[in-house]
This record gives sequence, C-alpha cells and structure tokens, in this order.
Amino acid sequence: MPVSLLWAVDVYGRVYSLSTGGQQWEQCRDAQMEFKRVTAAQQCCWGIACDNNIYLNVHASDLPVRYQEETYENQRWNPVDGFSERLLPSDRWQWSDVTGLQHQPLDGFQLPSGSWEWEGDWYVDENFEGEPTEKGGWSYAIDFPATYTKDKKWNSCVRRRRWLRYRRYKAMDTWAKIPSQQTALPDPFSDISCGGWEISEEPRGRLSLWAVSLQGKVWFREGIYHHNPEGSSWEDVLLPGEVVQISCGPGDLVWAVLWEGQLIVREGISRDCPKGSSWAVVESPSPDVGAIHVAVGINVVWAVTKDNKVWFRRGVNSHNPCGSGWISMVGEMITMNVGLNDQVWAISCEDRAVYFRQGVTSSELSGKTWKAITVPRDGDRSHSSASANSLQSAGCYFCGEVRAQSVASDVESDAEKASADGAGCHVTSTSPESLAEAPTDSSNPPKPRIPKVTSDSFISELVSDREPGKSSRDIGSATPAVPEEESIPGEGALKAPCATSALSPSQSGGPPDPQWSNVDLEEAQQAQTVAVQDSADTCSLSSVATYTLAMDDPYGADEHPLWAWVSGGGCSVDSHSQLNWFNCSMNTSSLVSSVQSMSLSVSPAQTAAWRKQIFEQLSERTKREMDNFRHYEQAIEQSVWVKKGTMQWWRDWKPHKWIDVHFALEQFSGPDGNKDGILFIYYNYYEEKKYLHAFINEVTILVPVLNDSKHTFAIYTPERTKQRWPIRLAAATELEMHDWLALLSVSCCDSRAIQGPPSKQAIWSITCKGDIFISEPSPGLEAMPYPTPCDQMFWRQIGGHLRMVECNSVGIVWGIGYDHTAWVYTGGYGGGFFQGLASSTDNIYTQTDVKSVYIYENQRWNPVTGYTNRGLPTDRYMWSDASGLHECTKTNTKPPSPHWTWVSEWAIDYSVSGGTDREGWQFAADFPASYHGYKTMKDFVRRRRWARKCKLTTTGPWQEIPPIPLSDVTILPCAAQSSVDVVSVWAISNKGDVLCRLGVTALTPAGSSWLHVGTDQPFKSISIGAASQVWAIARDGSAFYRGSVSAQSPAGDCWYHIPSPAKQKLKQVSVGRTSVYTVDENGNLWYRQGVTPSYPQGSTWEHISNNVRKVSVGPLDQVWIIADKVQGSHSLSCGTVCHRLGVQPMEPKGQSWDYGIGGGWDHITVRGNSIEPPRLRLPSLTDPSSRRPVPVRNPEVNGNAVGS
Amino acid sequence: MADDKDVLRDVWFGRIPTCFTLNQDEVTEREAEPYYLLLPRVSYLTLVTDKVKKHFLKVMRAEDVEEMWFEYEGTPLKWHYPIGVLFDLHASNNVLPWSITVHFKNFPEHDLLHCPSNSVIEAHFMSSIKEADALKHKSQVVNDMQKKDHKQLWMGLQNDKFDQFWAMNRKLMEYPTEEGGFRYIPFRIYQTMSDRPFIQKLFRPTSPEGNAHTLGDLLKEMYPDALTNDGKSPHKGTRWVNTLRHSSYPTAYLSVISFGDGRK
Repeated sequence: MPVSLLWAVDVYGRVYSLSTGGQQWEQCRDAQMEFKRVTAAQQCCWGIACDNNIYLNVHASDLPVRYQEETYENQRWNPVDGFSERLLPSDRWQWSDVTGLQHQPLDGFQLPSGSWEWEGDWYVDENFEGEPTEKGGWSYAIDFPATYTKDKKWNSCVRRRRWLRYRRYKAMDTWAKIPSQQTALPDPFSDISCGGWEISEEPRGRLSLWAVSLQGKVWFREGIYHHNPEGSSWEDVLLPGEVVQISCGPGDLVWAVLWEGQLIVREGISRDCPKGSSWAVVESPSPDVGAIHVAVGINVVWAVTKDNKVWFRRGVNSHNPCGSGWISMVGEMITMNVGLNDQVWAISCEDRAVYFRQGVTSSELSGKTWKAITVPRDGDRSHSSASANSLQSAGCYFCGEVRAQSVASDVESDAEKASADGAGCHVTSTSPESLAEAPTDSSNPPKPRIPKVTSDSFISELVSDREPGKSSRDIGSATPAVPEEESIPGEGALKAPCATSALSPSQSGGPPDPQWSNVDLEEAQQAQTVAVQDSADTCSLSSVATYTLAMDDPYGADEHPLWAWVSGGGCSVDSHSQLNWFNCSMNTSSLVSSVQSMSLSVSPAQTAAWRKQIFEQLSERTKREMDNFRHYEQAIEQSVWVKKGTMQWWRDWKPHKWIDVHFALEQFSGPDGNKDGILFIYYNYYEEKKYLHAFINEVTILVPVLNDSKHTFAIYTPERTKQRWPIRLAAATELEMHDWLALLSVSCCDSRAIQGPPSKQAIWSITCKGDIFISEPSPGLEAMPYPTPCDQMFWRQIGGHLRMVECNSVGIVWGIGYDHTAWVYTGGYGGGFFQGLASSTDNIYTQTDVKSVYIYENQRWNPVTGYTNRGLPTDRYMWSDASGLHECTKTNTKPPSPHWTWVSEWAIDYSVSGGTDREGWQFAADFPASYHGYKTMKDFVRRRRWARKCKLTTTGPWQEIPPIPLSDVTILPCAAQSSVDVVSVWAISNKGDVLCRLGVTALTPAGSSWLHVGTDQPFKSISIGAASQVWAIARDGSAFYRGSVSAQSPAGDCWYHIPSPAKQKLKQVSVGRTSVYTVDENGNLWYRQGVTPSYPQGSTWEHISNNVRKVSVGPLDQVWIIADKVQGSHSLSCGTVCHRLGVQPMEPKGQSWDYGIGGGWDHITVRGNSIEPPRLRLPSLTDPSSRRPVPVRNPEVNGNAVGS
Repeated sequence: MADDKDVLRDVWFGRIPTCFTLNQDEVTEREAEPYYLLLPRVSYLTLVTDKVKKHFLKVMRAEDVEEMWFEYEGTPLKWHYPIGVLFDLHASNNVLPWSITVHFKNFPEHDLLHCPSNSVIEAHFMSSIKEADALKHKSQVVNDMQKKDHKQLWMGLQNDKFDQFWAMNRKLMEYPTEEGGFRYIPFRIYQTMSDRPFIQKLFRPTSPEGNAHTLGDLLKEMYPDALTNDGKSPHKGTRWVNTLRHSSYPTAYLSVISFGDGRK
C-alpha cells in the first residue's frame, strides 16, 4: 500500500495530516494561516483559509506539472523576399494557433499565476509527424489552411513552424493562493469539496471542485486538470434553495445540504458534463430534525442530522444517486467525510476525536464500528500554549466558538445585526494582506472577535452541544471503539433533545432568512450559558461551555486534540490496510493494549538478525552433534509417501472433455538423498482401467488456469511442451487446487534441489493472467552450438500479479501491474497460494492490481427506427466480447476469476482505438470491420465498449514504488563481472513521460526519486543497453536514441530521432550489450544494423521475423521473444517463449528459433542472465550440473565470476 | 539469508548420535554388540527404537524379555519427554555419542510410564498438541481439523516427514495479529535439579502494557535462577528450542521466536 494522507483541521484552524504509514499527526507548518476547511484528493489538498481565500496545496511529485505552450509562425512566399512574414490581408496572423484563428504572438503568453515558472525560452519544434524536419522546423503547403509536408515543393507558397515553450507549476507542497476572480466573486466561501476524478479516464489531476458561499450559493470550479491544477474560473450553479454544505465523491455523486435541512442531489453528472444538470431533493432522514451535514463517496452517502445522529443512505449508486432509504447508525458526530474506497471518517461530538469507520468493504458499505484515531500530534507539548490570542483570532473560525461569554456575545450579536441585511457576517473583515502577517499578530485583535462561523457549522454546534447529559453515557473517550448495536430508530429516540436547548429544529427552520443568524445566535447563547452552569462540573468536552474564553484554557497539553474538520479524499485505505492509528495512545490515556503493537516494536531487520543468530546456533549444534556421526544409521527409515485425490482431467483423445480421474503423487527419496516423485492419473478407457504418469523431475512447469467455471491447472513436461498439449487437470475447489499446486510445486523444486529465492540471473516471465514465473538459467542455455533446449527449462511460480517485469544481473527486479503501479522485488519468494514452507515469511507483502473487463454493445441500423439492438439473425450477439462470438451481457459477465472482485459499475469506455462519438459509439459498415468514431452514410452497424474495473488482492515479494504509475521500465543490464554501484533505471509513466530513477543500487533497488527527462511527445517503450545506450519508442511509432548517457550524466543530454521502418509503427524496444531490437505494431521483429560505438544510432532496420509480440535482449545479446503463433504436434499456441539460436558476437541476428513454454505468455525478460556459456567444452545435456541452478545462498557467486 | 523454513528444517532434522548398550545384568545368550543410531531430537525414544529392540532381542531369549526401558547414568529416561529434552537435560555436557543403557527387566514403575504400543505415544502426542492449542487458540484450530489431519500430524512425526508434518502444523502456528495473536504461550520448563516434573504456567505473549514479552521475561517470571544457571548461549538456544517444543510439540520453533525476538 502506498502511503497516503488523511487531512484534518483542529479547532484552532491548524492543518494536520496523518500518513497511512505514520503514527502521528504532522502539522502542516507551511500554512502560515489558519484554515477553516480542507478537502483532499490524492495529489493535492484544497482549503479555505481564514482570509476566506481558497488555497491549493499540490503535493510534490517527481513528475512535474508541465504545460506545453505552442504557437505557429506563418509565412508566405513572394517573388521578392522569398518566404517572409508579409502575408496576404486575407491570411491568418503571422503568429497564430494551429487553426490560424487566434492571434498568438510569442510575447502574448503570460504565466497563469504566480505559482508557475517558465522552464526555458521558446524554441522551434523540428519534429513533424514522427519525422525530423530540416533545420528551422518549417513545414510547407500550397496555401493556408492545407496539408503540410516537411519537404518544400515547387508549389509551396506558404510555410509554418511550431514554437514550443514549457511552463512548470512550481508551488509544490505549499499553500498557494488561488487568485480571486476579477469578476467580483461573491461572498466568501464557507465550504468546499473536491472529487469527481473517477468520472473520466483523464489522468490524475482532473477534479471537480464545488464550493458553497456564505450566502448559500454553490460554485463549480472549471478547468481543473493535471496541467492546470488551479482550474480557471468559478461558475455559478443554480439552486433550489440555500446550501450550507456540499460533498462531492470520487465518482459522480454530489450531495448538498439545504439550510432548511433537506438534502439535494446533483443529477446529470457525466464525463461530458462534470457539473451536472439539475438537482433532486431528498428529505432529511428524520422528519423533525433537519440534516446538517452530508458526506458522499462512490456508492455511499452518510448524513448527520441536527441532533448529531448519523445516517446511512441505502441503495445509492451511479444510476440512482438519490438512493432509496435512510438507516440510522450508531454514533453521534459533528462532521463526516468519505474518502477513497468509500471509507468513512467522522468527528465525534462527544470528544472531538477523529473516528474511523472500521469494516467498510464493498459488500458492507456501512462498516462495523467506529474506532477513534488515537495517535498524538507532532510537537503536542510545544503547542499547548495555543494561546488565548490564537483562540481569539483563529479558533473562532471553527464552529465551537459561539461563546457563552456575555461580553463577547454583545459584540457578536451587534455584528450580526449589522450584517443581517443579507451579506452574511464578515465579507471584508479580514483583508487578504493581513494574512501575510501571522494571524496571531496582536495588531488586529478586535477583528477576529467577529464570529466568522459559517452558517452550517453554526448550527451543528448549537445543536451538537446542547446535550450535557451525554457525558454521563458509558461510552467514554477511554473506549475507542464504539460497539455497533442494532440500528433501530427507537434507540435514537431515547435521546430526545435536552431541555436546556432553546433551539428546537422547528425554530431553526422557521425564521425568515435574513433574520436567522440574529435570532439563533441570541437564543443559542442563552442556551449555552445555561449549559455552562449545568455542566460545569461534568467537564464535558461536548459542551460549548468548555470552549469559552472565560474558562481556564481547556486545551492544555494533556488534552487530546479537538478536531473541527477531516478529509479523507486523499487517503487510500481499505479493509485490508494495516493502520497504526488506533493503538498508540498519548499521555496517560493508554488503556489500549493491543498485540499489534508488538509488530511495531520489532523491525524486520531485528527479526532477520535474530533469525540469523538462531540459524547459526542451530548450524553449530548440527556440526557439533552430527558431523562426526553421519555414518550412523537413521532411526527412522524414509519410506514412500503417497497423496491421493480425485480430479477431472481434460482427456487426450477426441472428443476432448473433462473426465473424472484419480490422482496420486508418490514421493520418495532418491538414491542421492534428493526427493523425487511420480504423478499418476488413473482413468477409465472404455471400461478399462488405465493410467498416465509423469515423473516429478521431468515436470517443467505448473500453470494455474483459474477461470470462472473450473479450478484448472496445466502440467507441462518437455514432451508436452513440444506437443503444445499439457496435462490439464481441474480440482473440485479452489482450495484443493492451491493445496495441490503448492504440494506439486514443492515436490518439483525438491527434485531439482531448488529452494529459496530466485538467483540474480533468473529469467522472469509473465502469463496473460498476470502470474509470475521464474526459471534458473543453466550455464548451457546460451551455449554454442548446442544450447539447453528451451522446452527443458524449469519454471516455478512466485506470488504477485504483474503485467510486465524487468530485471538485471545484480538482482534488481521491477514490475508493473495492470493498473500501472510500479513494484520492486523484495528478495522473498512464495506468497500467493504458496504458504508455509514454500514461501518466505519475510519480504512478502500485500499486492493489489486493478484491470478492466470489456464487453461490447452492438447495434444495427434499420430505416425505420435507426440504430436498435435488433440485429440480423446472422449478426453477433447484441452484447458480446470483442470477437462477437460469445455473449457477454452486463449481468452475466463475471470477473476473470474468483480472485477478482468488481470495484466499479459498468461504464462506457471512450478510450478505444479509432475514437468514439460522444456516446462512445464506433461505426462500421458491417460486423466485423474496422470501426471509426463518427458516422458516415455507409455505416450500418455501431458498437461501443463498456468497461468495468475489477480488483485482485494477493501477496507476493513485491513492494510498491509510489506514486507515479508506469507503462514501461528498463534496468541497466550489468555484466556479471562489473561492480556497478548506482544502476540506471529508466521508465515511461503512463502519461508518456520519460523518467530516470535515481539512487538505485543492489541494496536499494527501489531507488529514491524520479528525474524527469523532457520530451516533445509522449513515449511508450524504453530500454537501456549494457553500455548505457538508451533507446525509446514514441507514441507516434518512431524511435529515439538518447545521447551521452553515462554514470556521470544519468539522464543524458538530448534525443536523436530515428525514423521507424517504412510504413511501420514501432511499439517496443530492447537493447542488449550491443544489439538493438524493436517490435512493431504488426508483429515484426527488427534488428538495428550498423550500430557502432562511434555511431550508436545505427543505420537501418533489418527484418528478422514476424509474429512477434515482445522481445527481450539480454546482456549477452541473447534474444528471446514472445511469439504469437507456434505450431506444436497436437495444438497451436499463442504467446510462446522462444529463444534465438545461433546468436554470436559476429552474428548477432542468430539463425533460428527454439520454442519454449507457452501459450498464454505475455512477457519475458532475460536481462538478468549474464552467465557466459562454457566455451571450451561442449556442454552435455546429461551433465547434472547443467540442470542445477546457481546456488542461491551465496550471493557473491551470483554477482561475480560466474562461469569462470 | 536464513529463512524461517531453514530454521524449521534444522530444528526438525536435529539428530543426536546415540550408542545403545545392553545392561550388563540382562541375561544373554551371547555378548551383545552396542548399537549406534542417529535419534531425531523431536521424536520420542520408544517411537524410534524398534531397531534397537530388534538388535538386542537377537541375543536374548524371549522369556527374559519384559518391557524395554532406557537409562542414562542411573537415571531412567522418561519416554514421554522428547528426545532432545532428555539429552539436553541429562547429557548435553558429555561426550558424544550419548550412551544409553537398555533394560528389559525391573521396569521402574515409580519413574516411568508404561508404553505398550505406539498408540500410547500417539495419544500422548495428540494430547500435547491439543493442550498447546487450547493455550494458543482456545482449541479452535485443532478442533477445526479433521481426523485425517490429526493423523497426518502423527504420521509426519512417526515417519519423520517434515513436509507432511508442517503442511498441517502451520495451521496450528498461525497467529492472526488482528485477533491478538496467541492467547498464551505454551511452554514447559524442565529442571535438572528438581523433583517437580516441570514448570508450566499461563503466560501471555504480551504484557498488560502491550509490550511483547521475551524469553527473558518468561524466565524472570517463572524461574529467576535459570539465567544464571545456564551460561552458554548457543547451548541455551537449542535447549529452549527443544524444551519449548515439548509442551506444544509443534510450537517448537514459533514459541522460541516469539520469546527470542519478542514477536511472539
């Protein structure tokens, strides 16, 4: 789990954040002012400060927010001057945008705000549609607007070139003021909520930001994108009433609370219309008590009513944003917030602590219990002197400060009256300049006394604090988890409003609007005064009285923090997260004794050290007690051990079908002490009992093929690999399958004396299911002329789920998940279904992955009704998979296997190649054909793609490298003898940025930070060779070579453009010691000719092979591919590991292919294998040492001098 | 780097070279050769001495043979203690191999339990497992197991099948942290110089303050002199491995980790 932050504001307006990996609240010291509210997303946090301005804090990232400004310089030819800037009167501007309609001179570009800086000066783009242009970057045409080419022709009358300049957002990790709008913005904002990042596939950074002003208006911030984190302008949103608070979820839910206590729900929010179109009204949960607060997530809505009761809305989802009914929940809260994964936080009205809702899962969205977050704040002591001054100046922004103090109340109600004619309380009370100074500055003491309490918090306080009797309830602050009882309305009814309250809900809703603040304030203050007297000795924190200035400072160092606001929008936790928030207690209130804390007290390093010590002691014992007595007889003779079971087998003869078989594994000790075994499959063949067997030491791989109907796995031997026909077995349950797989896997490893983690030379591969397999290369694998045949390679699985993996020979391994998360290998083994002995206990972590399942909605046009879902009888299913052969409806489509669970609803997918129209449709003349994103006269069918995300949670030796999602990564293939300290790692982010990882060594394989390498267009593939030669493929399919990359200059200096092979778009590149191979989108494998040290770019592309999906070139220049179609004797396999034979220094292109494991393979990397093949002797295949892996216990052996 | 599995293996495959000699008082037809054997530390004497018995019976007449028992330097060896415990308790400071005297007469009724068949050992073993699980998991794990799972544990021990045993035993060793880990640490402290068989008390893995207990804490609480008595540290390590294993047979390893590193 990556570390993310929970944000909160205390009653003094200090902003704190709590890391999911941390154990204390860190104060956001950068904030030189107090804040009223904050709302967080994962990449940033917005807040309303006490100066009523909106501030934005963008979290620093290695990937800069960078915006490319462009403008075109246009010229026309005339016989006198040649090309000149003298244009015809009818022509476009000399400097314009790409359309020519906008006048855009270079000096017309301004930085949008003080938070931006220019990266450099303007320069000319010399790349035209993937091809380098001549110096000057001009492209030519007959006239404006027309088709431009990079070559000047006889009839080229006009030319233009593109100028580029980048600006960069610099205000990272600091609160930057959002410039207030010129067009008189309204009254100050009182509430703010961001969300909506899941409604489109835009990269992270697009947000919907909603704000509420004191007058009860709602505003929507337009134009917040990754490249424009500040947004552009505020847009007014029409309302049916006056809003006091608003909440926006990560998806399309937006709810707001009206002053009268009803709730309104925004409808019509979609990808194209994030602002939505209309409001629907939902009544308050309780008929008598209005709602005061609402918090929404993706599929949940929580509300708080004015009596502090908590409500959960049933049946809320994207299609029914209003939900179906309220359920009363346990707990009394002031505010709530829903974060990522629908997790819930709240601030209790009793002790003002932040509570986390435990047990919220996608199947139980309402969770189980409230649990207080009990971590201390940093510098808790030093802030005990939150002085009266700051209380006056800042604290009064925060809810609790409706004073009972009589002196103040006069002033306040006067102030209220003065502003009662509509404008709220304090529009101009604090000038923005005063913010620059510390707000605690005593120069403006009178002003802060004006109650800057926003209307909603006003109410919440008045209501929440009027029950002094509550403090006598059993649930004290010492009991952090409030046990959940049955939520029956009757229980809540017991807590009838206390008699001391002068503010009844009907009154609060009653008075005419301009008067409300006045009336309520006065009445409330009387009420509070009474409350003070009543509850003075109960010392209840829930009473407003304790907040008053008149009393002793209740915020002494020994008090727990009092929170005013919490935002979990950036906090990524789910039901699997291990949080350390609940058991560390501060000061004397340590009543929490949890065993979990034990895990805190022991670091993995200590455990490892301890284990090492025990191990050494045991070894010593063994030596002492056994070494001289090995010739003694063993007391217990080893015997054969048989495990039996029943399974189904995909029979070898036609018609192929599943038949019931008995399955048995006989294990025994071989003569050399190694364990070995035989697998038996007993079946009936025409009433005759027969069996099939396989020797465990011949099994090359066990592949789980879990699908939704059967728990199947495949067993390969070299023979079966040649046939492309494995032994396919199905177990009755998933558990049984995993038991068998784990057992068989241990047996196979035992028979080959393989144990522990993979060696540094290991070959890694990934199947189309995301399963990860490793193979220990034999010394003869790259031998000439008789290498170890590929089909004899033994593969074993390790836990985790990845889309690709890259490694090098010092043991650095990185992976990328389907959701583009980057992972680094931790050195462990096992995980997943390998438990107990087949798995290391250290270095195994939870890993998650998310991918989309796609189905297609197909329609045919008819002259009467247009496009309908009635197709021709011969047509494909109206809901199908991509091929159209299988029916896939929204309801019958299941996640890929039981391990996956849905995490979203079906949504139209617009990111389909070929483009779509606004509703996601693609058109074609007929099925199946090539589709395009617009309708023409000839199109009679259309389809659109629906996507639904599903999530897998597993374990494996992988740790996440947050936060930048990647699409490709490459690691410098170190030659075996070299002792490289810092290892170059390059990557492509999923947005196409090129990144260089700093600080990667064998000891710190995750490195420290990213260095961004500028490019003029997005990239998609990258590879670094043994001599630090970096090659990359751009999205337009052309190749780039990075010049001058070295240990001293890890990022190199500039890109050299290398055109792709004619009419082909490249998609992947791999660079070995000297060889450069690429694969294009049509499956062709290309070798770069003419690469020399003095001319590393090479000269031409040479075609090597077709049907290639992926290539991996290793540090010996060995070439391995994933081939698309390989014919075996029984069957054909797609996605097959193949090895190029005959590759030699003088013949780097090799001669032919040797076929290994497959199909269903997606990825392979051989970049860790730097074992030079033995040269002097012919490697013999029967030599047992050639089958043994490199010893894994001895890292030096692996790193150095192998094969010498 | 050493792994949990390596430690488990090393504990399991601990062997004590032993020389069995027939008691001089036994009536034999001809002189009995001593018999040399590697005894698994984790097993029971009567479970692994079939070969010894066969060996000596060859030189004896059937009517002279009663129940076999073992003695070391005058002390009858309790078969229901694990072999490793017996060795560490009585003989660890002596020269290897460990010489055990075999008796077929004069069974010391006051000191030893009878062991007429392996099913007695099995019953003893299973009751140890159950007792330990009662301490660790309120017996939840062992009760959830099926009869065949119990059998697998026993067969694993009987046939010295590490994988077979641990495939099942790991379930007994699981300690979900969120549920608070083990309730109590199953342990027994054996003493050389005491008449009491062993110390066995309830001992929680954590202190009331939430700190993890270590082996040192346990010793301090249970047996204040222990630390001073036993000087050699590697030796102590092994001693505890075996000692602790007894009470909760399979806990051998995890119990010790918990003590040693404080994790539990």
